[in-house]
Amino acid sequence: MLHIVNKSPMVNSALENCLNAAAPGDVLLIEDAVYAATVGSAFEPKLREALGSFKVYVLQSDLDARGMSDKLMAGVSAVDYGGFVDLTITNNSCQSWL
Amino acid sequence: MSDIKKFMFVNRKAPYGTIYALESLEVVLITAAFDQDVTLAFLDDGVYQLKKGQQTKGIETKNFSPTYRALEDYDVEKLYVMKESLDERGLVEDDLLVPVKVVSRAEMGALMNQQDVVLSF
Repeated sequence: MLHIVNKSPMVNSALENCLNAAAPGDVLLIEDAVYAATVGSAFEPKLREALGSFKVYVLQSDLDARGMSDKLMAGVSAVDYGGFVDLTITNNSCQSWL
Repeated sequence: MSDIKKFMFVNRKAPYGTIYALESLEVVLITAAFDQDVTLAFLDDGVYQLKKGQQTKGIETKNFSPTYRALEDYDVEKLYVMKESLDERGLVEDDLLVPVKVVSRAEMGALMNQQDVVLSF
């Protein structure tokens, strides 16, 4: 299953709740959620731990827009819009954690 | 002008995810045009607004980050960034695209206290 999160982990608990509740699978971070996958963020240890159960992706365009491409954490994969579509196809279902 | 007030704009949101950061900039420029005493505060996710290297072509949104560099032309030169907010996000002063004054939480609170008008974004 694909889990999609779009809010900064410092603003609400959507990503944390997602990682706590979801069964192992794919997590895609878009919009302000990309900050969660950046080096030195207070959320970095939690995301690093999640890498044991989830394959974590970030949307490259959202990372670029925010000037954070140089800070992407190791172990997280950047995808383009085509990759986003592929993830929605290879997974049976999607859940957006609004 | 005798009726100059001290305005502080408190920026607490990341750019692009919401419209707040851009709207704040618009109001800052208007306020500066009225020759008011303008101070900008960046804290929490608001510090991300000043991150260098923003490239918004891929999300087809206007990159407004160069506007922060133009603020000094409007005599907006008081930009304060909360140190704790930078630390929590793995950012340092060198990651920012304009010169700022980095202050502690306590100093930021004191600055807020000195204002006539505080606008939150």
